[in-house]
Amino acid sequence: MSTRLQNGGRLIDRTKQIEFTWNGKRLQGFQGDTLASALLANNQMLVGRSFKYHRPRGIVAAGPEEPNALMGTGVDGHFEPNQRATTTELYQGLTSHSQNHWPSLEIDIGALNSKLPRFFPAGFYYKTFMYPRAAWKHVFEPIIRKSAGLGKAPTHKDEDTYEYFYAHVDIMIVGGGIAGLAAALTAGKSGASVLLMEQGVSFGGRAITDGVEIDGKPAATWVKATLAALKKMPNVQIRTRMMGAGVYDHGYALGYERLTDHLGPNQNGPRHRLWRIRTKRIVTATGAIERPLSFAGNDIPGVMLAGSLRDYIADYGVSAGDRTVVVTNNDDGYRTAIALHEAGLNVPCIIDPRGDLDGELPQKAIALGIRVENKSAIGKVKGGKRVESVTLCAQAGEGGTLEEIKCDAVAMSGGWSPVVHLWSHCGGKLNWDTDLAMFRPDPSRPPLGADGTGFVIATGTANGHLYSASVLKDAIAAGKQAAKDAGFKATGTVPKASDEKAAPIAAVWSMPQGATYDLKSKTFLDYQNDVKVSDVRLAAQEGFTSVEHAKRYTTLGMATDQGKLSNINGLAVLADSLNKEIPQVGTTTFRPPYHPISFGAIVGDARGELFKPIRKSPIHQWIDDNGGDWEPVADWRRPYCYKQQGETVEQAVTREILNTRENCGLLDASTLGKIIVKGPDAGKFMDMMYTNMMSTLKVGFCRYGLMCTENGFLSDDGVVARLSENTYLCHTTSGGSDRIHAWMEEWLQTEWWDWKVYTANVTEQYAQIAIVGPNARKVLEKLGGMDVSPEALPFMQFRDGKIGGIQARPFRISFSGELSYEIAVPASQGQAFWDMCMEAGAEFGMQPYGTECLHVMRAEKGFIMIGDETDGTVIPQDLGLNWAISKKKEDFLGKRAQQRSHMTDSKRWKLVGLKPVDPQAVIPDGAYATDGTTRPNGVKNMIGRVTSTYFSPTLNHAIAMGLVEHGPDRMGEVIDFPTIGGDIIKAEICDPVFLDKEGARQNV
Amino acid sequence: MSNAVSALQDAVFKGSVTIKDAGLQGMITLRGDLSSDALAKAVKTATGTAIPETGCINSGKKGAAAWMSPDELLLLVDYAQAETIVAKLDKALAGTHMLASNVSDARAVFTIEGKGIRDVLAKGSPADMSAGTLGINTLRRTRLGQLPVAFWLGSETTATVICFRSVGEHVFNWLSTAAQKGSLPGHYT
Repeated sequence: MSTRLQNGGRLIDRTKQIEFTWNGKRLQGFQGDTLASALLANNQMLVGRSFKYHRPRGIVAAGPEEPNALMGTGVDGHFEPNQRATTTELYQGLTSHSQNHWPSLEIDIGALNSKLPRFFPAGFYYKTFMYPRAAWKHVFEPIIRKSAGLGKAPTHKDEDTYEYFYAHVDIMIVGGGIAGLAAALTAGKSGASVLLMEQGVSFGGRAITDGVEIDGKPAATWVKATLAALKKMPNVQIRTRMMGAGVYDHGYALGYERLTDHLGPNQNGPRHRLWRIRTKRIVTATGAIERPLSFAGNDIPGVMLAGSLRDYIADYGVSAGDRTVVVTNNDDGYRTAIALHEAGLNVPCIIDPRGDLDGELPQKAIALGIRVENKSAIGKVKGGKRVESVTLCAQAGEGGTLEEIKCDAVAMSGGWSPVVHLWSHCGGKLNWDTDLAMFRPDPSRPPLGADGTGFVIATGTANGHLYSASVLKDAIAAGKQAAKDAGFKATGTVPKASDEKAAPIAAVWSMPQGATYDLKSKTFLDYQNDVKVSDVRLAAQEGFTSVEHAKRYTTLGMATDQGKLSNINGLAVLADSLNKEIPQVGTTTFRPPYHPISFGAIVGDARGELFKPIRKSPIHQWIDDNGGDWEPVADWRRPYCYKQQGETVEQAVTREILNTRENCGLLDASTLGKIIVKGPDAGKFMDMMYTNMMSTLKVGFCRYGLMCTENGFLSDDGVVARLSENTYLCHTTSGGSDRIHAWMEEWLQTEWWDWKVYTANVTEQYAQIAIVGPNARKVLEKLGGMDVSPEALPFMQFRDGKIGGIQARPFRISFSGELSYEIAVPASQGQAFWDMCMEAGAEFGMQPYGTECLHVMRAEKGFIMIGDETDGTVIPQDLGLNWAISKKKEDFLGKRAQQRSHMTDSKRWKLVGLKPVDPQAVIPDGAYATDGTTRPNGVKNMIGRVTSTYFSPTLNHAIAMGLVEHGPDRMGEVIDFPTIGGDIIKAEICDPVFLDKEGARQNV
Repeated sequence: MSNAVSALQDAVFKGSVTIKDAGLQGMITLRGDLSSDALAKAVKTATGTAIPETGCINSGKKGAAAWMSPDELLLLVDYAQAETIVAKLDKALAGTHMLASNVSDARAVFTIEGKGIRDVLAKGSPADMSAGTLGINTLRRTRLGQLPVAFWLGSETTATVICFRSVGEHVFNWLSTAAQKGSLPGHYT
């Protein structure tokens, strides 16, 4: 059984007991424990079930490489699935539970799958769910969806907060082991700004756990002194619980800082902070990950990585078992045996496939009296939910049992793989080191920055140096190099460290060498996704010879651990199956993040009210307080209508239309774009931007204008006012203000850079309020201050002055067909002006109206709307706007394009009015007109479509506009609009102006 | 103009730093030839300062002048005087190619006070906030979260942020969120 030892555990504080729950059980741990170490201390080796076969899974590792111990932690708004127990720090009251089992972890029905492995081979999904086709949708997919995913999705809104932080530093160093510290000290002394991040909570890494001596003292002493020196440097920042998550182009990197996970829920400040870092050089001192060995039953709970088992003893004072068999193909595994022995635990046997055991550590183990079997292997591990014994066999054989050794834990070491992820994210290349049996960074092929030089420097164990003396030498060199590359001069002396003389590792990818199929089909590579040696071999046989294909076919390395333990072993098996060398097969691609990061951190603060910026007009709050029914218009919100007590939206719209036509309405038009164009060449520029002639517009006058793209398509429209001889004010659509301003600047800055024209976007300087309806003038006269008579301010003109004491510029323009003034006032006085209008207008029937009323009224008048009548494929000629296209001008944007054959084709659909034969039948939005014929492909032949469609309360009749083939030539014809329900609405083609064609209502 | 109100109407948030709506601030967009003596003189008359260096803001007795682009300045003046100053600029620079426009109401202005201003701004702006790059009176046109802003530090404990008026509420809320107590990373303090 696994248990807490009497002594030891450098990271825990035995005076501080912590209570937590796991699967409903109340358990105790200590301050400094991880959830994994605390579970082991409580003899909880079985912690989950695998994905496919639901096999029992135990804790394998002690760090982020852990594939099995995934937990759901927290409750409700703090619940999060798939949390690694090995990286989850214990806190008072932590609630956790295991995943992927039903009804319980101990008795799991899904485990039946493991009795049927024959039916779940590699590529199982692809082979099984092909036929019959209909079954996919109705049978297979629902079942797969139910069983997919390890953890449960949260059901509550995340109650924590998250944020980004942008940092710019000269040098970023990832990893707080002795390599990272030595590199940081060297770089820090140069004066460069340094950001050192450590994913865990303590510094020194394995060097302390493994008892390394530096400068004649324990590594911990050196680490303490170095940290103290670093903390004194103002140019060095040290961060714990912060992982280097990803490396991207141009020295951009992500750091993932976990601020409150170790404290529990409801803390001040954000839970996670995503650091977005720009740096000149990145030093990766990310250490290495131990590899499992591939023997049958290597997934049974109790089989652990040797180094991790040692970590649990040294760091947490926890033993995985009383009798631990060590199996290793390298000298490092012996450290675990020695550590177990020194902790007073039993090591029945060290099993080593190698022949000569002349390294210092094996010799020490032998001297301690530990039994060592060379040229040997584990035939298989026996046990179900817990290791019971191993069989000893010859490594060279097929697995025939020589002896069965009772034990309750197995420590395995298949060698170490440098953590090359960050080096590789941006294209750093790797070499296979045959002697050390590892992929290590190739310093001659680093990821390249904008200047063509490498911007990532791998160092220490992450660079393939497994021993502390060479680690420190490499780290000091890396610190110097990074400082030099960042423009600083660094010096540094290499601290002395000594290492045991070691015998070479033996590359063992299969144990025993000639393992039978039966053994191979119980030998796991990927614990989380249940990929076995036999699966990879099958994939190779079936032709998946590329490592990337084999990965996807078998799902090797595709689980949440992204193959940290399984990738190298898997590709070695693939290489062997293909009879190729490992470097010929190569690795799969390393992609960020190194270790899963929270969605919250990715989202940052963009949630809730900060999810999406909303532009608000100066009248926004009043509208909200007075029944405004909001709709999004670009990034603005505008009221669709103002609902009065008990009204439906339709009733409100109808009331607003009738009131505006009969009395007076008030519209907040502040969202309209307003751009000033000024300069000696402004007229010339305006003539290019608009299809109309704008240079002839008189000062004080307004003109409606159209803007097209260079491809001739209608892009925006609005009223232009000439403010002075060389100054124009261009109104754009609400959605077009920024776009059109950018469009103008683009032409001025890239094509017509020598034209003397300045623009300024003054959209938000003004509140623009439209007073519309037969009583509009009476309201303004009552407010007083300006002569707004037809003589003083005729239609399509504007004046500057004061109305009701507020600086105002009324434009006599009309989008409704009524007598109308659009009045621009300073935005800061917009609300004051609005209030005045409402008050003064009360006796004249003034009511505010929304965008739908505006839409219906403009449609009654046959005015087009950008985005309704246009969709990016419509030219002004399609809309019968030829009157607004100057024939005198030499050029304007879109002119040439509009002369192309397709643009002048008489069959282009053109704008007409549509009057449903049934006055109450409103044609659905976007409906197509058909002519009763069928196209060769069986589709009804379409001859037009509706662009705007409403019920007009003014006319008490449904009305619409649409684009119809030869439309203007077919006045009076009735055409069909089939609806989705199958009914056909018949409509008569008519003039698009339904109301007051001569303009009598507005010209008063 | 007694009925004129700023976008956030004197809102205040006190967290790890203090965020305040700065109230009505006169602002003028001035486009023209920044190397011309006439323009320099007009700016001096309007604000009491010289034309700022690239990326900087100069403060004078009557106001400030901020560099926005190679042909654009933002003049900060007394709110009530903005229209008058625009007229004076038009007059002083008559005959030259220029544009002066009152944009006082098109913006919202916030002040941030406290030790953590660089930390707060660096939560949303990808600009380098270190003192070596963002010195006192460097004007930075950048973004904060999802929105364009400009800001500068008047001292190590005061910053001014300008954004468009329509999104003033969002920016204020963003700043208040970023300034929650206990949330500063302490990277710059």
